[in-house]
Amino acid sequence: MSQAIASQHVVDPAESPLTPESWGKLGMWIFLAADAMSFGALLAGYGALRAGATDWPNPSQVLGISLTAFMTFLLICSSVTMVKGLSAIRHGNRAGMRNYLLLTMLGGAIFLGLQAYEWTHLIHGLGIGFTSNPFGNHLFGTTFFAITGFHGAHVTGGVIYLAIVVLNGMRGKYSADNFNGVELVGLYWHFVDLIWILVFTFVYLL
Amino acid sequence: MGVFYALTVLTALEIGVIYLPIGKLAIGIMLVGLALSKAILVAMYFMHLKFEKRTIGIIALTPLVLCTLLIFALLPDLTATPHHSAAAGAGEHQAEEH
Repeated sequence: MSQAIASQHVVDPAESPLTPESWGKLGMWIFLAADAMSFGALLAGYGALRAGATDWPNPSQVLGISLTAFMTFLLICSSVTMVKGLSAIRHGNRAGMRNYLLLTMLGGAIFLGLQAYEWTHLIHGLGIGFTSNPFGNHLFGTTFFAITGFHGAHVTGGVIYLAIVVLNGMRGKYSADNFNGVELVGLYWHFVDLIWILVFTFVYLL
Repeated sequence: MGVFYALTVLTALEIGVIYLPIGKLAIGIMLVGLALSKAILVAMYFMHLKFEKRTIGIIALTPLVLCTLLIFALLPDLTATPHHSAAAGAGEHQAEEH
């Protein structure tokens, strides 16, 4: 039996078939695809519920569009600082990478603060809750808080993930030859930004 | 950083579109188009998808296809009016009792 196994052609385990330079990259992309399905399920459910309801409030009138537009712009800027951070470490610039990643974390943290402020205004100021809503269909609040809350949890996780990468970077883990860890956190962060772009359009604007 | 400027412009356009005096469907189509453009820009350039192997692109595209199908799969459930089935159910229940 061992002879049969020995004669089989074994794939070299060092390289992933699609992303030869990094197993982590393939893993992260697959995870992001699965995560996209989670968000997609929430958004599809939201779309179906809204399509079937007659008393759904108009989001652009109830929600704060200008604040959310700024939040969208903020996340886009944080994605840019993330790109610059990766570029810095690819050129061996450790301090640059640390600074740009700290800026990215700052963007995420401010986004979360603004999201918390918006939620407080909606819950205490306007009385829109998870199960009740004076503007119309109760599910408006349910779907809004579920989707933005799920996204906010991802941003929080992303800020923590970035902190870990920054700490590792300060211990000298990354260099021009070893930047895979930074690339991976970048993929996750851009994904969070991308999801927000879709959430902003479907929940706030449409 | 052309991608950044493009994303900023597209975001501004999205805000502007909702105030246009055209029908909801037209606004909806334009918003979805703008949002998808922004998403594609982020994926292709920030996430470097343009320079990866094509199969990674397929992995990334799959959720979009599946979720669009999901929306269409859910619509019949929620856009059907419930009063017909409720009346039929009550009628059946009455018939069974007798």
